[in-house]
Formats: sequence, C-alpha cells, structure tokens
Amino acid sequence: MELFYIRGGEGMLLDLFKTFFKIGAFTFGGGYAMLPIIQRELVERKKMISDMEFMNAIALAQASPGPVAVNTSIYVGYRICGLKGALSCLIGAILPSFLIILFIAMYFFQFRSNPIVEKIFMGIRPAVVALILSAVYTMWKKSRKTYIKLFASIVTMLMIVFLNVSPVIIVIAGALISVIYHRVLYEDMENEH
Amino acid sequence: MSALLQLFISFFKIGAFSFGGGYAMLPLIEKEVIITHKWITSAEYIDILAIAEMTPGPIAINSATFLGYRVYGVLGSVVATLGVVLPSFIVMSIIFISMYRFKNSPYVDWVFKGIRPVVIGLIAAAAVSVGRTSLVDIKGIIIAIALFYSVTFKKLNPILAIIIAGIIGVILY
Repeated sequence: MELFYIRGGEGMLLDLFKTFFKIGAFTFGGGYAMLPIIQRELVERKKMISDMEFMNAIALAQASPGPVAVNTSIYVGYRICGLKGALSCLIGAILPSFLIILFIAMYFFQFRSNPIVEKIFMGIRPAVVALILSAVYTMWKKSRKTYIKLFASIVTMLMIVFLNVSPVIIVIAGALISVIYHRVLYEDMENEH
Repeated sequence: MSALLQLFISFFKIGAFSFGGGYAMLPLIEKEVIITHKWITSAEYIDILAIAEMTPGPIAINSATFLGYRVYGVLGSVVATLGVVLPSFIVMSIIFISMYRFKNSPYVDWVFKGIRPVVIGLIAAAAVSVGRTSLVDIKGIIIAIALFYSVTFKKLNPILAIIIAGIIGVILY
C-alpha cells in the first residue's frame, strides 16, 4: 500500500524542520490552529502528503496521549522521512514555543499585562476560530462524501460539544464500527461466491 | 531524588496521561506542579496559563518550559520539555512501526476509513469550544467571518491571516 511508503530523502530534513518551525511559531490557541497551516504547507504547496494521509495523521494524533500538534508533527515526519524526519519535525514544531517561553521566563514576566499584547490577541482569537472552521470545510469538501460519513461527523461533534465524551473513545469506536462493518461485508461477498 | 529527575518524571507523566490535548491537560498539570510538588502557587499557575495562551505552541509544552526554568534554570526547562514530549514520541513511533508492518492488512485500511469522518467531527467540535470563548462581540464575529472567507475561498495564507488579525485587533480594540 502506497500509504505507508517512506518517500523522502535526507535532503528533505531541513525543509521539514523549517516548515514545522513556521507551523510551531504560529500555532496559537491550541493544536487545532496548526491544522490549516500544515494543510496549506505540506498538502497543498509542497505535496509531501495527501489529504487522506493528513486526516489519518490527525486521527492518530487525537487518539494518542500528548499534544495533538506534537503528535501530528511526529507522524507526518515518519511518513515523509522515517525516524530522522520525525525528529526534525518534532524539534521544529516545539522549538519556537520553547525559545519564546524561555525568553519570557527569563526577562519578561510582565508580558501578559501589556495592553498592546492584549489587543493583538483580541484580534487573533477570532482568527483561530476562522482557521479551524476553514480546515473542517476543506477536509469535508475533499473527502468522498456520503450520508453515513456526514452522520458520523455530526454525531461526533454533538457528542463532544454536548455530552463531553472523550475524543479517544469516539476515535476507537469509529475504528471498531468500521472494522466490523467491512468484515461483515467481506464475509457476505465470500458467501455469494 | 534530585529536582531534575523529579521534573522529568512529572512532565513525562503529564505527557503520557493527557489525551485530547490542550485544555484536557490542565487538571493533571495542576495536580503535579501545585499539589504534589508545590513548585508554584495557584496564582502563579494562572499567570502561566495566561502567558501560554498568548504565545504559540501547545499549553503542555509552554508550562513545561516555564516551570522547568523556575525550578532548575535553562537545564530544567530542557529536561521538562523533553519529558513532556517523550511519551508522544514513543507512542507515535510504536503506532507508525506497527502500521508499517501491517500495511498490507485490510484491517488497517478499515480502521482509517472509520476514523476519518470522526476526525472532521472532532475538529468541528474544537471550533465550537474555541468559538465559545473567543467570539465575545460583534467585531470578533466579523473578523472570524472575513478571515474564514479569505482563507477558504481566496487562498489567503493562514500565517498571514493570523498576522492580519493581530493588526486588526490593535486598530479595533
């Protein structure tokens, strides 16, 4: 299956590092804000991974412990350049926040009460919502749309928003239901022959 | 036990047991750094959260870097940050390697077929929860709609969108 073929050479490592450094530097408001940036940089511009692989990465990142942004960077790195790729992406993704926080911790703890900074964030917060919605729209647009998928997406959203169900449980349930469904379908097909 | 080792173990635990990322991690971080080790007070913790929110990067990493520095200087911040990302690295490596090994099994394909629609729902839910706290007035809603349109249909670069939003914030508020 082409899906798991490691296709990049070592020449890509610096490129991966730079791309994830950029992604890490602009990920405000939680891991989801980075998704449209990864999508634009790696899927649309550089075509390093496909839309489907991108969604696979997010699904696995969600179902695993740790920050989603970190998990996604590690998985994408593995997919493109193996272990070295995973390390390049991980270090690139966490270095900007590490350096910024270290700087603030050392020199600038009063940062948070700066009124200009507060105003900048009044603008950035709604932008983060817009970016996340844009990722949802683009992913839906590009997937092979069926009613059953739409139903699954909406049920997932409602369960999280209104019932506070853990995303981990929903990801595992989605995987199980799909395996059982395909398994039954497969057996039916075999029985007919 | 030395402070460095304690830092590493605490943040390794935080990385290993917080699923779902972001704000789901906060209760565990609170328990480790305020209650168990008393590295900081609750008031200081809220200040750190405010800073984490205003700087890029996952909140778990921001807290690890900040607290590591408070407890043991630059070396402490490196150790705590490595501790918090190590579980992610181990788990994602195991997942990748096992999928690579079973890449020809139809089960892997079926698993992904099942989780892709879930992912779209998960992200939509994240938009709702971020929106609840971020869209506080009509100006914010207009900024969100304008940028959604520009990024989705006019191919505005998302990084540029964040920079533009910061400038608009300074002008409007």
